[in-house]
Amino acid sequence: MTGAGLPDKGTLHIAIASGKGGTGKTTIAVNLARALDRPVRLIDADVEEPNAHLFLKPEIRARAEVSLLVPRVNADLCTRSGDCARACRYHAIVTFGTLPLVFPELCHGCGACAWACRAGAIEEVPHVIGTVYSGTAGLIELVWGTLDIGQPMAVPVIRAVKRFADRSRLTLLDCPPGTSCPMVTAVRGSDFVVLVTEPTPFGLHDLGLAAETLQRLDLPCGVVINRSGSADRLIERFCAERGLPILMRVADDRRIAEAYSRGILAIEAVEGLVPRFRDLYDAIVSAAGQAGRPSGDVLHAHV
Amino acid sequence: MRIAITAEGQTLASPVDPRFGRAAWFIVYDTVDKSARAVDNQRGQMAGQGAGVQAVETLAREGATALLTGHCGPNAFRALSAAGIQVFLGASGSVADAIQAHQDGALRAAAGNDVQGHWT
Repeated sequence: MTGAGLPDKGTLHIAIASGKGGTGKTTIAVNLARALDRPVRLIDADVEEPNAHLFLKPEIRARAEVSLLVPRVNADLCTRSGDCARACRYHAIVTFGTLPLVFPELCHGCGACAWACRAGAIEEVPHVIGTVYSGTAGLIELVWGTLDIGQPMAVPVIRAVKRFADRSRLTLLDCPPGTSCPMVTAVRGSDFVVLVTEPTPFGLHDLGLAAETLQRLDLPCGVVINRSGSADRLIERFCAERGLPILMRVADDRRIAEAYSRGILAIEAVEGLVPRFRDLYDAIVSAAGQAGRPSGDVLHAHV
Repeated sequence: MRIAITAEGQTLASPVDPRFGRAAWFIVYDTVDKSARAVDNQRGQMAGQGAGVQAVETLAREGATALLTGHCGPNAFRALSAAGIQVFLGASGSVADAIQAHQDGALRAAAGNDVQGHWT
């Protein structure tokens, strides 16, 4: 079936997301990456609290600063027109008939102020907001980012780690929780999204929000129930109503939680999990295939 | 002189809103003709970031030269200074009480912000 408009299953981009935080996205991502036992790139896009590296302990090969271009005003050229402030939606540059005041932490780096300034008084200068790291851990190539403390804007750092997403490689993306800009930025462009949830009313509620977000983004998804147990029916009913496949259940097992708290992979702590994670991968490939969403890269195959 | 007071409602009897950027309303009081006007700050309340700076832009547009409020963060204070708006913190009671306290000289002009951003 490959070549008929479906993404090549060997190079799928699989995002691991959730609405609620703390459901087990990283647990699923790092254990899946390791269990596959083949070259895989894992991108930890949760730049506000990256943690995949704590489990994989990679050797860091490269690091680079992430910066935004923010305005710097040349007082000699500024005519106090206020054009820059009127162009800014984020109130990052304001004027009161005065020299403009710049608030770098409010700036989204769009450049509208410099474009609007007819006097050419605005220069755009880099403002460092985070760092991107890459390293290797066995067959896993791990990329992660950190947003500097006090910086409110995660999206530019998420974009920076996602530049490592390569269409010719199997890629897993560990996404930030929620359904706002960081999550949307992280999942966008992937072939399939795994939504990790827990069988609680809170888990169900946020799973609903996440599923709705993905529907609007036109991204196919399936569900992993973590800490699975007697309350699974809550999630099963939702998945049946929405036609979402349940890809895997991870039992509510104290040994997994203890291993997690020490930075140890679940597959190393509990026997028999490796084949379960390989089954998860097969279930993802199968569900992604049935979703029949052509990936951007193979569209030219129709010619 | 026009004084802006952060308020929970639209009248002089409304309680002072202790927040600046995310105050519900601004009451702009003219000390000459003793008129008062309510300015909606819904946009500030909804803002993700930059509520304080946005509020200063609103007050500057309204021609206010003094602000009576509860607290003020660093970005807002920087913008208020640039806009030439004097800041009086610790206002409480009703808007009318705050105006009275200001006229009695009971509120002291602030030399800086008294809280960090996003304090509520």
